[in-house]
Order: sequence, then structure tokens, then C-alpha cells
Amino acid sequence: MARIDLNHIRHAYGPNPKSDKDYALKEVHHSWEDGGAYALLGPSGCGKTTLLNIISGLIHPSHGQLLFDGQDVTNLSTQERNIAQVFQFPVIYDTMTVYDNLAFPLRNRGVPEPEIDRKVRETLDMIDLASWANKKARGLTADQKQKISLGRGLVRSDVNAILFDEPLTVIDPHMKWVLRSQLKQLHQRFGYTMVYVTHDQTEALTFAQKVVVMYDGEIVQIGTPEELFERPRHTFVGYFIGSPGMNVMPVTLLGGMAQIGGHQVQLPSPAMPTAAGKIELGIRPEYVRLGRQGMPVKIAKIEDIGRHKIVRTRLENQEIAVIVGEGQDIPAEPHIAFDPKGINIYADSWRVGGQ
Amino acid sequence: MEKTWNNKAWFMVLPVLLLVAFSAVIPLMTVVNYSVQDTFGNNQFFWAGAEWFDEVLHSERFHASLGRNLIFSAIILLIEIPLGIVIALNMPRKGWGVPVCLVLMALPLLIPWNVVGTIWQVFGRVDIGLLGHTLANLGINYNYVQNPMHAWFTVIIMDVWHWTSLVVLLCYAGLVSIPDAFYQAAKIDGASRWAVFRYIQLPKMNRVLLIAVLLRFMDSFMIYTEPFVVTGGGPGNSTTFLSIDLVKVAVGQFDLGPAAAMSIIYFLIILLLSWVFYTVMTNYDAER
Repeated sequence: MARIDLNHIRHAYGPNPKSDKDYALKEVHHSWEDGGAYALLGPSGCGKTTLLNIISGLIHPSHGQLLFDGQDVTNLSTQERNIAQVFQFPVIYDTMTVYDNLAFPLRNRGVPEPEIDRKVRETLDMIDLASWANKKARGLTADQKQKISLGRGLVRSDVNAILFDEPLTVIDPHMKWVLRSQLKQLHQRFGYTMVYVTHDQTEALTFAQKVVVMYDGEIVQIGTPEELFERPRHTFVGYFIGSPGMNVMPVTLLGGMAQIGGHQVQLPSPAMPTAAGKIELGIRPEYVRLGRQGMPVKIAKIEDIGRHKIVRTRLENQEIAVIVGEGQDIPAEPHIAFDPKGINIYADSWRVGGQ
Repeated sequence: MEKTWNNKAWFMVLPVLLLVAFSAVIPLMTVVNYSVQDTFGNNQFFWAGAEWFDEVLHSERFHASLGRNLIFSAIILLIEIPLGIVIALNMPRKGWGVPVCLVLMALPLLIPWNVVGTIWQVFGRVDIGLLGHTLANLGINYNYVQNPMHAWFTVIIMDVWHWTSLVVLLCYAGLVSIPDAFYQAAKIDGASRWAVFRYIQLPKMNRVLLIAVLLRFMDSFMIYTEPFVVTGGGPGNSTTFLSIDLVKVAVGQFDLGPAAAMSIIYFLIILLLSWVFYTVMTNYDAER
């Protein structure tokens, strides 16, 4: 297990990158702790997989340095880095049995056979394929195959890190949940450094201690699920995490107040920065109160999703989503009020203030 | 569901039946007809029964050309299949090299058989051929017209030159269908170059390789034009393969009965071997 330092890493797929646009991965400079469980979260094409492949050594970064426990591994091959990686689609060795598939990475490294047997049997139990050990791998279903891929990632105990590239995409929802909890247990038991790429926020938030949100080739925020929820550093994090995402509306700041159209909202702390640029106010639907006091709104739509209702309201031209408890009634002349706890202020999409 | 029976529907099969009859069944039946009869000309035929079959099956000449043909097929398969795999493995997967390699590989396949024969016939001549003359100047006593070993060497090299591309193209098609993730996973798993070939590339090429072996076997077993143009089956009978022998009997000696019997036996051998290949392939598929 190792601490991973990403030292000013940039990557472009084409030759001779000139502007920022040519980079699939713009400047990443972070340290990931030994034994941490990180989730890389972001939309498709934001550079998550690129970053993962740079860590595993399948891609050599255009600029920057990668350190494992303080040692420069930028120029080492994948094999020398001693990394396990699980891919989005199952990769299995067709002609081998399930057992041999799992033993393969160990045999390639010259691990003694009794040790291999012990590790493979242990892993087979973990992924629940023990009874399939002597079957040919090609006859299995897609999720069994993916379990084998997972197993090959977990079978080596001495790896520096285990990387997962959206490994549960092909697995059905129930099994997904089971495997995810197993991974989490494994992490707690053995303290692997794990990096998990996903575009599914639930998956990221349940799996990881720290979620790394990426957007357009950059890391926009690293934080615990709670930090991402309460204090999104970038409006993108606000939109992307949460269901529905954060309400973001243009405002003008006037002393301790924010002006939204013809209405004024009290800000939590009076000393608001007088930042330049496009000023926006962000508030999660969970912090908007629907009642008889505050700003008058029109109701556009109500979505009942079981545990609660999502009320889509309009404040002048601004759409604002509100979460309302299941038992709560919706007044005939609805008004909304913002809980000061949930207010964040953004300048040019980056957070500049709030509680 | 209730099935509708209408015997008029048989008429719809009629065109194809006629076509097959004229293109295959009737010519084949004439051959069968010849194979069981004897003639002394004047369109007079006498019943001969299985006599010709008996004669062909016990003829040393037939055994010899069958043996030569089997050895020939075995040798070219042993050379072309591994060589084809090696070339396919080393062909580029992307960039400008791909079309260049594909065109180069396809070129020999586009040349008509007798032209290939002529090319090599001239190429190997000691007096004017590039190969023959160069070898002679190097002090190697190469002469495919007189030395059976040299004749075999020439015919085999010619076939390798002509047909290895087919194996290459088939293998290449199998190789490019392997997703990148497999190679990446192999790197992560620490697999050696040999292990990548053995456990990833070879299993993916398996089916195309079976097709390649089948096609190359059938084709080499029926080879006629190229050796006929280059060596004419000589020196002596050393490169007389089955089809060359058949033409000698049928057209050269005009022994219609034995030639017809030989054709049928030849046909049955090919049919049998095709069936064996087909069974092996379908069994392999069923196993998957």
C-alpha cells in the first residue's frame, strides 16, 4: 500500500498541446493518503479514466511526476508499479478455468503454488464463485465474468493500490450493492489504497471516504461526501451531486443582503466578499422552506418520489427546486424562504462565501 | 400454428433445381456414367462395373500422386500458418502503415494463378530469371527443371508467396477485434509476451485460424495451374499432384473410364476431409 502523490500532472492525447483546450487533463496536483478510499466522480469525458491510467502506468503523462511513497514512478512500467486495476468491461482469459484466471497474475509474478492456492481460494469465496472454480471462464454470464475481473484485482495482497474503472457498470443493481459493500469491507479489513472511478454519485458517496469530483479535465473538489453536499466549491459540484442538484441563481450583493430579482435574501455572515465577476447564489433544495412566508412563487410541477416530494417552483424567472416532506401540505399561496445555513455564494462558478 | 400445404409451392424451387441440375448434377452424372463403363470409340459403351475404381485404388501411380499431394499440403500448411500468424502479429494496428500493409498483403491474392506460375517460371530460370541466375552466380547449382528437390522447393516457395497473405489477413482480422482492455489487463497482471499470445491472441484467432487451415488445405489439395505452368509436373513425375495426374489421364491418354473413377475418388476424399473440418469446427463452437 502506498501514498500517491500527483505532482503537477497534465496530459494531452495529441502531440504538441498548445492551449488549455488540448489537454484532456489539466494540472492535477494532489496527495492521496496511504490506505485511503477515493472515488473519482465526474461526467463522461472529464478525464477520470485518463487520470486512473496515468496512475496505473498505462498512459505516460505529458507533464508532471507521479510518486508512490515519495518514490518517482513516472517512468516505471505498469508491472514495476505493482498496481491492480479492474476495467469497465469484463476481461477474462477465455481458455482458462475460473481458478486459473485468478491465479494468473500471481503465477506471472512467481508466487509459490501453495500460496497461490490459498489466495485464490480466499478470493473465490469473497466473490462467491467457489463452486465455479474448475469451470471454463468463457461459459459464464457477464456479471460472473466481471466478478472474475474484480477477483484478479483483489487476489494480490502486496499491491500499491487497487484501481477500479467503473467496474460495476455491467452488473445488475442488487449485485452492485452487494459487491460495493464487499469492497468497502475489504478496504476496512486490509487497508488497501483504493481509487474508484464512477459517474454515479450514489456509488461514489457510499464507497469512498474522500470523493474527488472532476470536471472538464480538472479536479474541482476533494472532500468527504458531507463537504461536497454542504459546501460545494464549484457550482458544478452543486449540480452534479444531490438529487435534484443545487439551485443556482444570479444575484447582486448589497451589504449583508443578496438581491434576487425584486427580492432580498439575508446572507448568513454580513462580511460578504465583494468579489468581481458573475455572482451567483447556490442553495440546495433541502434548505429551501416552502410555507406561507418569504418570497412568493408559482408552482410548476410536483414530483412525488416516495420518501419526499420535489416541488419545482418559479420565483419570477428563476426555477427553484424545493424538497418537501411527504406529510407536509403545500399552501395555496406558496412562498419560499432560504435557510441561511445552506447558502453559498459563487463568483465565476467558484465558491467565495457562505457559512 | 396451422401449416398451410400447397403443393404448387414446389414450382418455386424449380428454377434453382434446374440451375443446380445443369451446373452440377448433370455433369457429375456424366462422370459417374463414364466411371462404370468402357468404350472403344464410336460412342459404344460396355458395362465395366467397379473395375475402374478397383484399378485406380490399386494403382501405384494414384497412390504416389495422392501421397505427393498430402505431403505438399502438409508442408505448405506448416509454413503458411505459423508464418501468417507471425506476420499478422507484427503488422501495425493504426496509422499510415495499416493501409500500406493491407495493400501489400492483398497484392499476391489478386494475381491470376497462371500468371503466378509464369512469374515464378521466369523468376527461377537459370539463364534469365532473377532468382535462378543469382543463385547460379552464388555458386549454387539450382535447376528446378532437372532436380526434383529444387522443383519442390520452387513450387512450395511459390505457394507460400501466393497464399500466406490469406492467412495473414484472416489472422489480422481476428487480432484487431481484440479490445485494448485485454492488453491493458494483461499488463496489469504482469503477463509475458508469450502469455499474451497464448491466452489472449491465440484464443481470439482460433476460429479464423480454423477457416484459414480449411481454405488452405482444400486449395492446396486441388492445386493445378501454378505447378503445371512452372514444372508441368516434372521432372519425371516428382511434382505431379492429383489434379495434374488426373488431367494427364483424362486429356493426355484419353482414358475416360479410369479418369472418371479417379475424379469421383478425388471428389470423395475432398468431401470427407471437408466434413471432418466442418465437424471439428462446429464441435468447437458448441463447446463455447
